[in-house]
Parts: sequence; structure tokens; C-alpha cells
Amino acid sequence: MLSLIVFLPIIAGLIILAVPSSQKQIIRIVSLLAALAQGVLAVLIWKGYDPALPGITAGPGGSPLGSFQFVEKIPWITLNLGSFGPLNIEYFIGVDGISITMVILTALVSAIGVLSSWTIQKQVKGYFILYNILAAAMMGCFVSLDFFLFYVFWEIMLLPMYFLIGIWGGPNREYAAIKFFLYTLFGSVFMLLVMIGLYFSVLDPVTGNHTFSLVAMATQSNFIKDAILGPDNVMWRYVAFIVLFIGFAIKVPMFPFHTWLPDAHVEAPTPISVILAGVLLKLGTYGMIRINFPIFPEVFQASLFVIGIFGAINIIYGALCALAQKDLKKMVAYSSISHMGYVLLGLSAGNSEGMVGALYQMFNHGTITAMLFLLVGVIYDRAHTRHIEKFGGLASYMPVYAAFVTVAWFASLGLPGLSGFISEALVFVGAFSSVTTRYIAMVAVLGIVFGAAYLLWSLQRMFLGQRRPDAAYDLVAGEDGHEHIHFHDWKGKIDLDGRELAMLVPLMLITIFLGVYPMPVLGMLTSSINKLVEVLSPVILPQL
Amino acid sequence: MFELPSGAEIQSIVATLQSNVGFFIPEIYLSLLFMFLILLDLVVKGRKNNILPITTLVGLAGTLFFIYQQHALKAGELFFGMYVLDEFALFFKYFFVLSGMLAVIVTMADEQFDREVKSMGEYYALIVSMVIGMIMMASSADLMMIFLSMELVSFTAYILTGYFKRSPRSSEAALKYLVYGAVSSGLMVYGFSLIYGLTAETNIVKIGAELAASNPNSLVMIFATLLILAGFGYKIGAVPFHFWSPDVYEGAPTPITAYLSVASKAAGFALLMRFFFVAVPHGGVPIENKLSIDWKTLLIFISIASMIYGNVVALWQKNVKRLLAYSSIAHAGYLLLGIIVIDKFGTQATLFYLLSYFLMNFGAFYVVTLIANKTGSENLDDYRGLGKKMPLAGAALTVFLISLVGLPPTLGFIGKLMIFSALLAKGSLYIWLALIGVMTSVISLYYYMLIPLNMYLRESNMHDDKEMNPGILAQALMAVLMILTLYFGLFFTPLADFAKYSSAIFGAVLH
Repeated sequence: MLSLIVFLPIIAGLIILAVPSSQKQIIRIVSLLAALAQGVLAVLIWKGYDPALPGITAGPGGSPLGSFQFVEKIPWITLNLGSFGPLNIEYFIGVDGISITMVILTALVSAIGVLSSWTIQKQVKGYFILYNILAAAMMGCFVSLDFFLFYVFWEIMLLPMYFLIGIWGGPNREYAAIKFFLYTLFGSVFMLLVMIGLYFSVLDPVTGNHTFSLVAMATQSNFIKDAILGPDNVMWRYVAFIVLFIGFAIKVPMFPFHTWLPDAHVEAPTPISVILAGVLLKLGTYGMIRINFPIFPEVFQASLFVIGIFGAINIIYGALCALAQKDLKKMVAYSSISHMGYVLLGLSAGNSEGMVGALYQMFNHGTITAMLFLLVGVIYDRAHTRHIEKFGGLASYMPVYAAFVTVAWFASLGLPGLSGFISEALVFVGAFSSVTTRYIAMVAVLGIVFGAAYLLWSLQRMFLGQRRPDAAYDLVAGEDGHEHIHFHDWKGKIDLDGRELAMLVPLMLITIFLGVYPMPVLGMLTSSINKLVEVLSPVILPQL
Repeated sequence: MFELPSGAEIQSIVATLQSNVGFFIPEIYLSLLFMFLILLDLVVKGRKNNILPITTLVGLAGTLFFIYQQHALKAGELFFGMYVLDEFALFFKYFFVLSGMLAVIVTMADEQFDREVKSMGEYYALIVSMVIGMIMMASSADLMMIFLSMELVSFTAYILTGYFKRSPRSSEAALKYLVYGAVSSGLMVYGFSLIYGLTAETNIVKIGAELAASNPNSLVMIFATLLILAGFGYKIGAVPFHFWSPDVYEGAPTPITAYLSVASKAAGFALLMRFFFVAVPHGGVPIENKLSIDWKTLLIFISIASMIYGNVVALWQKNVKRLLAYSSIAHAGYLLLGIIVIDKFGTQATLFYLLSYFLMNFGAFYVVTLIANKTGSENLDDYRGLGKKMPLAGAALTVFLISLVGLPPTLGFIGKLMIFSALLAKGSLYIWLALIGVMTSVISLYYYMLIPLNMYLRESNMHDDKEMNPGILAQALMAVLMILTLYFGLFFTPLADFAKYSSAIFGAVLH
């Protein structure tokens, strides 16, 4: 079942390859069907998921079964490498509490991305082929339990993303696309070296061979004592942790590796921004949780303070940058940086509350930011500008749109009753209860104030008051005596149309529902997080 | 000083030769093919047809059969230690014959030949003779044979490089190639003579034994090493012996560029590995032998310089062939990384990388040829908008370039993975080399991506958006190469096993 959810988009891509490029509608429908089927599978997986099983490490007897679920483990590549014994790479996928939320998020955002791509007119065939490869690779990353497989999926994402930004992007797309590509590749090549080093350092407890299995790597007793990344090689373990962390931090993106993100977002078309903010950024923090922290728990414990500091910088710096933006999309991009800072802060707390908050924040940020970018896209489609100063008084002319924007904006700033509040609250509860991060949390709270500032200020400038003299739209007197808004060369409905509602309503409902009753997500997370905290806690590392 | 051999001795010599000829069938067959092609050229001359290339292809394909039969033979020395037959040599025999075939195929696709030369005359025969030369390079076990086979390859390559007689660039390239080649083989022979002076042997196995037993003057050894490296480095196109390669790669006919950049480089590596692993005592892992340490250190420097120089200078290139020339310098650096570790795993990784390089580099040059047929240009700027006009060619070239960068799911990624694994298998000793390797491959992403950037992200200056069709056969071959690059990137076990099987070098003690 997991294989199917990963490879469905690839199948759709192959079908699209056979469709002549003039049949745009068929291509779109095939993609949509694949995305919907992915959604159905995600729901089935969610239904069949047993939240009691912890995941993270192997179950009893070193087997992933009994700990992970929906496991598929097939030998993929077996090689004989002379004196180093056989090289075993497995097609090894499965989910636990950490990944299942991300799988559901990916399926949801991918489907919404397809709907949002309906307006793409240029080279539709190429677009959807690349889109489907991207969707498959993202899903693959979240379910991989073999480092090699994870790395392959991780790298496969880069090329489609490069083209999706580079061909369908805005005026400065060449720069943004290659910047994204170089940045992420720079992070991932070091990951490659760490991966090889880990391979030579870890033995599979069942077979006794070297292994790429992330499940085996999460148990410290599987390490060879004097191997390059074994417990005796303290220095190299620190180096490996740091380069791996930077590799993932680039994706998050963590200050000071964040500069590619605003560029990529501003140039990318709306659906790609949605995917980028909704799913891709989570891969960074997911990688940390799945790979970086459990493999090097003692280094993680030693660097809690530093991670917390970076989290706080992200929160405050991102919010301050967002405050200064004139471009609405850039503002949302910086708000993403700010909100991913909460995830880092939650992780650095190192306790269950903080970790649960971080993961819940990942899920909520996915849905809320997807909404934000969709809403930015709505106004950009109509007005062909995203300049905040070019609007004013929109609330009276586009009431539905204004209502959605208000809810999304409030969700983003963490208003109680909406999902963002719960995750941010949990993050702060966790951070305050940890001695290491208590003072960092006190400073980081300022981020919420700044966040409220830029969100409310932009809301006020765009939606309240009167039309500005240099606004991007005209007002015409209607037959009913009221003034109506008129965008140049926009033929569609002025307020949200059916397709846009179809994208926004589900996200909105999820945001409100999870703000009132978060247990569906939190319930899946808890046992895995407890296990993770146990794995990371310094007590169980006697051999170090 | 010399005594005439007695009758009985002569008889035993003749008997040895006769028995050894059985081990020499592919080479004999190729020599016959060479002569047959020259004769055939006299008969079919002046007519525009494909008889010559197809005969060459069929002939070369036939060689594969004879090479395959040699698997049954026992590895060992032939012709009084002049020549060896081992799994390592067999690997390169396949490699060179297949690259010869691909060179012929690319030539058939290249329309520049129709414009530049009246008759293809001895062209195909020369390709065959180069195959013979390279096979002998990979199998030589004697300093004399090494020199002779290298010269055979070089001379053929000079002629082929200058095959467009009326094109000044082609002639300039040939002349440059000749001058650099002459100097470097002169230096190499001087190095050989020093080695001979120290050991009084020309057979590399005996040299290895002699050097292990005696304690040679280390200064002389370093000097000889440097001189010999000049010859080998020239063949593999590594810094600082690379000066010929950008000009030659740009000026030579594209099929020859592809052929030189893959096969001739591989021949250089075959020679380097055999000489390095066999002639240097204990396979280069001695306890108190300065010689081998010097070899290794020198190779490390050459490797680093090649990776950095090749990748950095490529950033500024505007001509695709020149860009690929600098990239091939960088790849020589990556290949050397696998040799430096001096073990079986490293050898396997190097051979595997050569296989992946074979596929992706030939693929890239093939697409460049097809594009040049349609646009008449190899400039980056003229690649604008090609992604739309030649969809398959664009996709295939992108796959080959991604593979050259070393990103999954392509064969090039596995090649890099093997090389870096071989380095890291030595513990923390070579981590810094692996670091340089991965960082330079990030740099390489930028210039390789310039080509897809122009093909897809930029619009063409010309306004006709008509599709250009390079022909059904060319499309099919491109697709096959592309699919192989992807397929082996995901399921590389057969290639890796073959590389492992082939890492047995006669006379070398590797761990």
C-alpha cells in the first residue's frame, strides 16, 4: 500500500507521457485522479494505523515489524565488495507516528497543488510530468527507512523543482532556480559522505552485515565501536552530526542558510510555492528527527542550546524580515522561515511536549502556509501584482476572499481556536520546561508579537479602508447602485470561484477542526515521540 | 656479448610463440579487420554508402565473441613476459571494442563529415587500429610494449583528430596534440630508461620484484616516477598534463572527441593501474618503501588539481565541447581517487566509474553531435529553446549531464558512490579527499546545468518553433543510452559484479 502511494504519481506521469501535449484537460485530469487516489490511500493508511506502536527503533528481535507499520522490505541491490563483504541496499519503507502525519500532509498538499496548477497554460504536459515526479519523490522521502533509498528520493526532488521554478517561474527565475539547486545540493553531498560513513559503522543486528537501514542506525548498540562513526570516534561523530544538520537546515531553511527561500518563493508559480512551503520545508525538520537526532543522540543533547538559539533567531529574524516586505508573497515566505523556527525551538527542548509541538507545528504550518500561498495566488492572478500598497479596501468588494484571508492570517499568527495556536503553545510549554531552552523561549515569544504585527498590518492595508489612488484595480458603478471592483484583463469571477474554494475550504476546515480538537494528529504522534525522547535521552547511552 | 641461440632454443621459442598465439586471437582478428577495411575502401571508394561503417560495426561486434571465448583461458603472461591476459585486460578489451563501435555509430550520425571530407577512406580502419592499440596498452606487461602500444594509439589519434583537413581548427588541434604527445612520450621513455638502469629489467612483474629486493636510490626513483607520470598523465588528461585536451576536444570531429575522452582516457587508466599496482612492490602497500609513497602522494596531488581545475575552469566555457573537455579533466581526478586507495575495492570502483563514464559521456557527445547537425553550432547560446524543438534529445542530454554531476537515480551517482565508499572504507584517512570530491561536484552542477538552462529556461532567438527530428534511428539510440543510464543507476549489480570480477590484475597483490 505504501509503495502504491509513492508510485501512483509516477504511473500518472507515464500515462501523461503517452498523451499528446495538445490534450491539456486530459493531462490535468489524470494528475488530479492520481492525487485523489493518493488521498484515498492516505485515508486508508490513516484508518489502518495503530497509534500504539512506537516506531523510531526496531521492535523486539531487531525486526521493524511490531514497531513500524505498513512495512515493505525487499532486497534491492546486493553486491559483493571484496573484503568489505556484501553491500545490501534494501527497498525498505514503513511508517510510524512521525512519518504518517507527513504522509497525510503530502497527499493533501499534492492534491491541492494539482488543483492550483489548473491555471498553468505553458507546456502543460512537461509541467505535470515534473510535478508528478516531485510528488512521488516527496512521498518517498517520508516513508523511506533505508538511508540510501531516502537519499535517492531526496535528490530526485531537486531536478523537477529546478525546472518547475526555472520554466514556469517569474522574471528572475533562472537565478532563483539555480540558487535553490546549488544550495540544496551543497547540503546533500555531505549527507552522502555521512551516509557512506554510517554504512561502514553500523551492523544489522539480524543479519550481521553492514546496512543502510535507518531503523538499525537508531539503536546505538548496532554501531561498531571503533568504526569511523562509531561511539569511540567522538570527533567524527560531531563533524557528521554538524554537516548532516546543515544539510537538513538548508532545507528548513534555518538562518543563515535561508536566503534561497524568498527567491524561490517569489519566482515560483503558486502551486510550486504551495508544495515548497507545505511539504518540502518539512523534509528538513523531518530529516533531523528521523536521521540526524536518533543516530547521534549524544551530540544532539550537547547541541540543544545551539539549535534553540538558531530556532529563536529564525522566529524573530523571519518575523522582522516579513515586517519589512512590500511584496505579499515575500512576506509569506519570511513568515514561513519564522514559523519553521518554532519547529526548531520545539525540537531543541528535547522533551515530549516540545517535540510533539514541533511535529504538530510541521503539520499545521503545512496546511496554513499552503492556504496563505493559495490566497496570495488568488489576488496575483487577478491583479498581476502582489504589492501590498497596491490594494486597499478589498474587504468590501471581495467579502469571501477577505473572510478566508482573515482566518488564514489569524491561524498563522496563532489565534486560539485555530490549529497554529495549539502547536505553538506546545512548543513554548516544552521550551519553558527545559532548563536549557528556558531563556531562549522567553526571547522567542517576541516573535509572536512581531508575527501579529506583520500579519495584522498587511491585513489592514489590503482589506480595510478605501481604494488607494494607485491601486491595481478600478471601481465601476454597477447597475444596482453599488460600486464593483474591476481588474484589468481578468475575465473570471471577481470573488473566489469554485476551484479556488475547492482548494481552500478543506484546508480551512482542517485548520479550524485541529484547532478545536487536535487529538486525531496528536494521538498518532505521542507514542512515537515518547519513544524518540527515550532514544535521545542521555540515560540510555551507557556505552558512550 | 650476444650469443646466437642454438637450434633447440629457437625451436622452443617458436613453440612458445605458437602456443601463445591462441591467446592472441582478438588482436589478430582486429588486425585482419584493419587490413580488410583498407582493401574494402579501394573497392567501394567514391560511393556514398554505409558499407564501410557497417562492415566496421559487424567486424568489431565479431571481436566481442572472440574476447568472450578468452574467459575460459588461464590468466598469465604471454610472449616471454611481453603481454598478459587477465580479467583486467578482458574488461578493457570489451570496453575499447564497444567504444570503437559507438564511435562508428556517432560518426554515421554526424553530418559534418559529409560537408568536410570527400571520402571516409581510412577513417574506419584507423578507428580499428586505435582499438588494437588500446587493447595492447591494457595488456602490456613490458616497458617496450607499453611504449609501442601507446605510440600506436597516439599516432592514430593524431590523424583522426586532424581528419577535417580543410578545417584550420581540426589541423591546429592535431598539431597541438602531436607536439604535446611527442614531448610527454619522450619524457616517459626517459623515465623508463631510468627504471631499466636501476633494475636491468623491462618486464613490470620482474621490475616489481627487483625493486622490492633492492633498495633503489629514492631521488632517482622520484625523478623516474615524475617522468613516467608525464606520459600516463597525458593520456588520462589530468592536470598538469592536460593542456592539449580543451583544444583537441574542441577541434577534433565530435565522434573522435567522444572516443578520445572515453577510450583513450580509459587506456591511460588501464596502463596507470597495471604499472602502478604491479611494478611498484607489494601493490604499493610496502612497509619501508619510499617509492610507493611517492607514487601515491603524487597521484593525490594530480587528482586534487584535476578535480578543482577542471571543474572551476569549466564554469566559464561557452562552447559545449570545450565544456565537456574540462569536465573530462575533472573526471580524471575522480577516477584517480579510486586508484589512490590501492586495494581491490578501489580498483573495482575505478572500473565501475569508467563504465558509467563510458555510457554518460558517449551519450552526451552523441546528443551534442545530433544537435550540431541541426543547428550547426556547439555554442551554448545556440542551445536556447532546444528543449522544445528536440524534446527527446533535450531530455536525454539532461539525463547524461545529471549523471555526470553524479545525482541519483543515474549511473554517475553510483560511480561516485563507489569511489567515495572506497575512500571512506579506509577510515578517516581519506575523508578530506572525499570532501574535495563532493564539493567540486557541487561546482560542476552549475556548469552542467548551463546546458539544460539554455535548452529549457530560455527562449530561442529564432522564431520558428518547428520540431527538429534527428531521425528515427538516432532517436532510438539516444533513448537506449538514456534508459541504460537510468536503469543501471537503480539496478547496478551486474555492472558492479563485472567490475569486481575484472579487478584481478596479474602480478598485483591487492587487498
